Amino acid sequence: MAAPIIEIESISKSFGAFQVLDQLSMQVMPGEKLALIGPSGSGKTTILRILMTLERIDGGHIRIEGEELYHMSKNGGLAPADEKHLTKMRQKIGMVFQLFNLFPHMSVLDNVTLAPILTKGVSRADARKRAMELLDMVGMSAKADAMPSQLSGGQKQRVAIARALALSPKIMLFDEVTSALDPELVEEVLNVMRKLAAETDMTMLLVTHEMGFAHDFADRVLFFDRGRIVEEGKPDDIFRHPKQERTQTFLRKIIAAGHRV
Amino acid sequence: MPPRSARSHFPQHGTKPFMIDWSGYLSLILQGAVVTVQLTVMGSILALIVAFIAGLGRISRFAILRWLATAYIEFFRGTSIFVQLFFAYFVLPFMGISLTPLQAGVLALGLNVGAYAAEVVRGAILSVGREQYEACTALNLSRWQCMRKVILPQALLVMLPTFGNNAIELLKATSVVSLISLADMTFQANIVRSQTGSTLIPFATILFLYFVFALLISFGVRALERHMARGLDGVRT
Repeated sequence: MAAPIIEIESISKSFGAFQVLDQLSMQVMPGEKLALIGPSGSGKTTILRILMTLERIDGGHIRIEGEELYHMSKNGGLAPADEKHLTKMRQKIGMVFQLFNLFPHMSVLDNVTLAPILTKGVSRADARKRAMELLDMVGMSAKADAMPSQLSGGQKQRVAIARALALSPKIMLFDEVTSALDPELVEEVLNVMRKLAAETDMTMLLVTHEMGFAHDFADRVLFFDRGRIVEEGKPDDIFRHPKQERTQTFLRKIIAAGHRV
Repeated sequence: MPPRSARSHFPQHGTKPFMIDWSGYLSLILQGAVVTVQLTVMGSILALIVAFIAGLGRISRFAILRWLATAYIEFFRGTSIFVQLFFAYFVLPFMGISLTPLQAGVLALGLNVGAYAAEVVRGAILSVGREQYEACTALNLSRWQCMRKVILPQALLVMLPTFGNNAIELLKATSVVSLISLADMTFQANIVRSQTGSTLIPFATILFLYFVFALLISFGVRALERHMARGLDGVRT
């Protein structure tokens, strides 16, 4: 059996007095598609943000492909990671945000080519060629010269996905990528993600309230509550036969709120 | 021709009283206007440069830079431009730095207005949402790449209207240089006043000219703003 691509070892994280993650441990295998579900405040988004180095951990260890994320070897021991180490580690990881976070002052094409040109030394021509391929894949090549303000939410999110893919990360983090979208725009984004899952062997972590999509998309579902993993398993087991009472309650509420399972 | 001798332009006995040939005086005022424009343009350039240095210094990771920037801003905002100008022109020579009146004027105006504009730079940078910084991190941009390519271009649009105000403030403040005998518009108007005895005409003229210059700055900044805001939403046009 292959080694896990992500190893999380008893990490903790508090915001002030509020403990978001409590001694959390989990592993993700290469190519695995993972859905993180649970009530808001349960810590699932925080895990993605920690993996993207947008939040620091208070304690514990994270290893990506066996290499420490927040620590580095120094004089035979471990020292806190410096910016250089974090920059190296971030190359393996990409993230798509709930609110797209596109750069509003740049065209769609420039949004996608900026990081490869600046961080990977890719030539402008090569970056554009690759960007057009990716925009084509997400169905946005016709809007390459548009500004983000001219796009719908679904279109913005598809551009944001192309932008993250342009750096060819091994791990992609999707943080509630359809939560800010009008209902009729959700499907176009989910379709892109289905395509990604089918066509690439990227490891994907998905925080979502789209239970139907999580069911079809994920190899494994983790149910979070109060900073801990309450239950995990195959999508069918979690969604059809949840064992824990908290999982059952959560799923009932979600279904009552009109989400498909 | 500018009148070199004041006396010859006073109404003479036997000529019609109170009839003054204004064309020479007007050209005197226009010469002063050129100096005022020079001061405004060069002062604004200096102000812009120091505003970015001090504004970025204020939000630096390094405490020493933050401290230096804060000291500069508080000092130049907290003391009078009049005193700063006199210091630059009359006191610096004692320290071995002799400046021409124009250099002293540009220095005092640029540093004074730059202190106000530095706070504009800082505020505008902080007004760019956290999510833009997070996108930078997720795309692995360095802090400086993020600032240069993502944050500053957006912040610049927020700064522009206030920069316009700062430039107009600077324009109006240029009149203090007349106190170190730099022949700007106000200085020349005073000359004309003392030579002709008329206050209304020279001062109405420079009042009008200051107003026109200020309008030009306003229009210029607004045009720039419209140009830069194309394609962006959430920005007034």
